[in-house]
Amino acid sequence: MSAGSKLETLQTHAWPSTYGEHAKPRMGFFTDTSVCIGCKACEVACKEWNQIPMSIKGFSGKSYDNTLDLGANTWRHVAFVEQQVPAGVEDGASLVEAAARAAAMEAGVQTYQEGEGIRWLMASDVCKHCTRAACLEVCPTGALFRTEFGTVVVQEDVCNGCGYCVPACPFGVLDRRKEDGRVWKCTLCYDRLKDDREPACAQACPTNSIQFGELAELRERAEHRLGQLQNAGQEKAQLYLADEDDGIGGAGAFFLLLDDPEVYGLPPDPVDTVRDVGAIWSGAAMAALALAAGIATAVFGGRR
Amino acid sequence: MTAADGTSRTTAADGTSRTTTADGTTRTTEADGAARMSAADGAARSDPGEVRSYHGQPVLKEPVWTWEIPLYFFTGGVAGGSAGLAYLSQVRGDEELARRAWAAALAGIAVSPALLASDLGRPERFLNMLRMFKVTSPMSVGSWILSGAGASTTLAAVNAWTGLFPRTSRIAKPVAAILGLPLSTYTAALLANTAVPVWHESDKLLPFIFGSGAALSAGAIGVAVMPPGRAPAARRLALGAAVLEGPLMELMTHRAGEHGKVYRRGVPSRFANISRACVIGGAALLYRRGNSSRIAAIASAALLCAGALATRWSIFEAGFSSARDPENVIGPQRAAIQRGERPGAARLKPRSAVTDPTMGSPPATR
Repeated sequence: MSAGSKLETLQTHAWPSTYGEHAKPRMGFFTDTSVCIGCKACEVACKEWNQIPMSIKGFSGKSYDNTLDLGANTWRHVAFVEQQVPAGVEDGASLVEAAARAAAMEAGVQTYQEGEGIRWLMASDVCKHCTRAACLEVCPTGALFRTEFGTVVVQEDVCNGCGYCVPACPFGVLDRRKEDGRVWKCTLCYDRLKDDREPACAQACPTNSIQFGELAELRERAEHRLGQLQNAGQEKAQLYLADEDDGIGGAGAFFLLLDDPEVYGLPPDPVDTVRDVGAIWSGAAMAALALAAGIATAVFGGRR
Repeated sequence: MTAADGTSRTTAADGTSRTTTADGTTRTTEADGAARMSAADGAARSDPGEVRSYHGQPVLKEPVWTWEIPLYFFTGGVAGGSAGLAYLSQVRGDEELARRAWAAALAGIAVSPALLASDLGRPERFLNMLRMFKVTSPMSVGSWILSGAGASTTLAAVNAWTGLFPRTSRIAKPVAAILGLPLSTYTAALLANTAVPVWHESDKLLPFIFGSGAALSAGAIGVAVMPPGRAPAARRLALGAAVLEGPLMELMTHRAGEHGKVYRRGVPSRFANISRACVIGGAALLYRRGNSSRIAAIASAALLCAGALATRWSIFEAGFSSARDPENVIGPQRAAIQRGERPGAARLKPRSAVTDPTMGSPPATR
């Protein structure tokens, strides 16, 4: 069955082999930023459901963003990007719109500065639940684990706050809660999933920008949507983290963006550091041998 | 200016130069020019090669580790290097240096777990470190190395000073010496195995710097704890490592390319300068006066240890600078995509052509 072979490529080594018959289809988020309106209902719903402490950062001066990043106390973060765009008809605006603008300008109304406008990009960011999750792989206590849904969750009763996952995450998702000493992040509402409910953010999203479901199905939906947007002239519409050949083996939470990932604060080429752990260990081993040789030379290589 | 220009990853990766017509001045010599030429792109007017970011916000999180960690890199190196020096000195018959080096190793390994536990968010859960053994986690491997080295070094030092446990320590001593080697270098693997660019990209040289730092501090302490001129082996070890330390650091900074810039400014650069001054000064003093004056020997050892510590601190701080700076993270990633070396994580082209080109609702699900 083709669906079966597609599922194969979505699997991680820790799942579903460790769960056997208890393994569930891999669940995830498809965040279609083209319909995000920046209402932050996802942020609020997440805080409410997961009882996350408040995190007031005040006025940031960065558009409507006063959350700024994902962290121990922010598991959803809505980014706001303001871009100056040329507003000519050749750039995708309709003929009607262009004619109306020309008429307005003829009448002396300055609708756009120097013929340019502002476009507003909004995107709700979240833990990516990577196929190859560096946080999980470097966690020395096993507090981070792969659930039966293929998601990545921190067990707060095991985490000892060593902080290794924090710089290991290529997206800067994890952080340690100061007052608590442990690391916290999105659980993809593990408790709700166990109860056959969708995560709080997805349920709260009024425009269906955050779509929850089986990953294989979400990816198909995303391909269709990308095609629609490309056909509609959104030349920079792109799927982010939707493929297995990227540095993290694809993500459980992937995105449809209208500009390059870095514009939204996302790394254009995130890599699971553990890919290189073999080279890293061999470097450490060679240096250890060199140290042995150095000490031996110092001890035996001259007078006593 | 066709849609095909900006829509395929292979186009973006081919690196050929193009000229856009949307804005006659924008040369798209970089492969991503094709992606940038979209007229609806606010950054089309930015300088070629300029790194775009989200309001200058960091992409990565800075580590949460505090001063205990670079200090532990030092004490672990002292313990590891001293154990090797002690064991081989004993093999060669230099019992006095061996005894004192075992004491130095014990001192180093005794404070290490305390430093590590103190850095934890939940110190009372220190033992959770030994819940499992994971080779993908240098911290897990290191916890086991530290445990093994701690037990064997303690036995070895107790035996060297009291003569107790003669039979166990015959095994414990070589074990401590051998475990001391990875104890000195695994910490470099710990830093390299992160997403922090300046650490990750230095995975080859970082362990050698940590190893040389271990030799430097162990040799220096060996000189300081012996009467002047009575520890030639420790002196050779310290001087040899002192000669390597600077060039290794320089080479690593150079090899890290773009990422290495963080060593040239701010706090990492200050610590690197302190390290250089201490190591050169300490080595010169040790070389000239170390054999004749006890005070000079101790002063030079203090300088060399300060140098080894400052090197670790510079590397530690460089990671923070590197993680904090979105350009340091995004720039090289984007550049590798433009050069066609990496596919990147974004795709402009749909996998299959859309048969229904209208903007409609997605296909019905479930």
